[in-house]
Amino acid sequence: MKIEQKDIEYIAYLSRIELSENEKETFIHQLSDILSYIETLNRLNTETVEPLSCAINTTNVFREDMLEPSTPLKDALLNAPASQSVFFKVPKVIE
Amino acid sequence: MRLFENTAFQIKEKILSREICPVELTEHFIERIKNIDPHVQSFLSIHEAEALKKAAQIQKKIENAEDVGFLAGIPIAIKDNICTKGLHTTCASKILKNFIPPYDAFVIKRLKERDAIILGKTNLDEFAMGSSTENSAYNITRNPWNLDYVPGGSSGGSAAAVAAGMSVMALGSDTGGSVRQPAALCGVVGVKPTYGRVSRFGLIAFGSSLDQIGTFTRDVKDAALLLQAIAGHDSYDSTSMPISVPDYLSEIDAGVCGLRIGIPKEYFAAGLNEDVQNALKSALSMYEQFGAKVIDISLPHTEYAVAVYYIVANAEASSNLARYDGVRYGYRTSKSNGIVDMYCRTRSEGFGNEVKRRIMLGNYALSSGYYDAYYLKASKVRNLIKKDFDLAFQNIDCIVCPTSPVPGFKIGERAKNPLEMYLSDIYTIPANLAGIPGISLPCGFSKEGLPIGMQILGKHFEEKKLLQIAYAFERETDFHGKKPILKFSSAQRG
Repeated sequence: MKIEQKDIEYIAYLSRIELSENEKETFIHQLSDILSYIETLNRLNTETVEPLSCAINTTNVFREDMLEPSTPLKDALLNAPASQSVFFKVPKVIE
Repeated sequence: MRLFENTAFQIKEKILSREICPVELTEHFIERIKNIDPHVQSFLSIHEAEALKKAAQIQKKIENAEDVGFLAGIPIAIKDNICTKGLHTTCASKILKNFIPPYDAFVIKRLKERDAIILGKTNLDEFAMGSSTENSAYNITRNPWNLDYVPGGSSGGSAAAVAAGMSVMALGSDTGGSVRQPAALCGVVGVKPTYGRVSRFGLIAFGSSLDQIGTFTRDVKDAALLLQAIAGHDSYDSTSMPISVPDYLSEIDAGVCGLRIGIPKEYFAAGLNEDVQNALKSALSMYEQFGAKVIDISLPHTEYAVAVYYIVANAEASSNLARYDGVRYGYRTSKSNGIVDMYCRTRSEGFGNEVKRRIMLGNYALSSGYYDAYYLKASKVRNLIKKDFDLAFQNIDCIVCPTSPVPGFKIGERAKNPLEMYLSDIYTIPANLAGIPGISLPCGFSKEGLPIGMQILGKHFEEKKLLQIAYAFERETDFHGKKPILKFSSAQRG
């Protein structure tokens, strides 16, 4: 799979990452190489194979709906780049 | 033997017999780190004050003949992607440079309850993405056996710290080999437990269906001791299994007589270094002498494991790393024009190139129109890889194979080509895809004097048997007893 300029721009957009023109160039080559390698998977016929997302047999884990202590507000805000009162502060969302 | 070369069991004995006291011991290791680490660069932070305070508490308990935990006074280093309350946890990323977790990871809580001494946090490839510890945003960790070589990765800081005698034990994490491969390259014992054996609460997520916390120690008995301390169910990690934990030390000397050891032909194919191959051959003939039966097996889908891994792990990573948006914690860009611009600048400035590459690859594999071709396809082939193991284990007790195809590689040698770096993990990745446990232990040296690791893989939750099989080899050999001679031009030699 050859990645093109518009592909890399779209993936970067999905990833919320900005790339310089130089970076785009580098990543186009590297991702194309990696994807070509990954396409070796197409040699296998997997029509009748079930996908596996977890290697251990797990079932959904429920617990009683009990009130338990949670992270204190001041601790939760301790690492915030910006906060005000009891809130995380962010740049304007709606113009 | 010098104190810093002691195993946890030797130190435990000395502490309980009051031959040494925990404060002195902690000071000894902090001093050792200050002398050696400027050259090896294992640590990202040293917790001198906290470590000495904890040591003094344990000392007091011992003096008062109070009960102490079974890791009392034993120094341990922690990979910096495991949360430590009140102490920096960076993932070796700029984006978490100032992050101070408000809680302890489950494994840290366990270590504290068992009275271990946490010396500091160790270097890794940023967000555990790499096989050489060169992708750290802070330092390049060096291999204590030869400072021109990488220590492996991503838990290279933890492996190098134990190898260089800066810590007695260490914790790491293993998503595709990040405990076993650096353990092999640094000549120490590394255990990746079964997926679900150790709680990952507080381990900063990379690939959630693959990540598992693992151990670094100087020998197999220490590995059993440390695994005992951290294994078990935790209601805060819904993937940790609510099943009992066996006593890993009892019957560790059970031997291998009558056991069936599988040798997968795909792990001894082209690309395997000659020294590694010879070391494994002689280890296998030793196992035969000990009474084990060595059986040729095939794991036919092995060659697809790396491709599957780079889709699955990165798809999961792209989702896990979406949380770094500059809002609740971590780095935020200094200037931005609206919130989406803030996200983009924060992430572009905060993440390194390997992390960006993997997030983009993961998002691509999950994006509309490509999901079936990449993510779904990879998940199906993952099932074939797991079935290979299921089938093989019907007829054998364990698999023995190399941990890494080469004894090591030089700093910078593979850094330019991501794909070549990815292939470093070809022998370790399948175990993560199948969720099975694995151990790497020293089994020889290359012509250049670099350690070689042997990997033993077992069935789900059969860590106890793996430790027995590993110990059967270790007690008859002295590869684990060899120490690196640190070569740097300084008065403070190792």
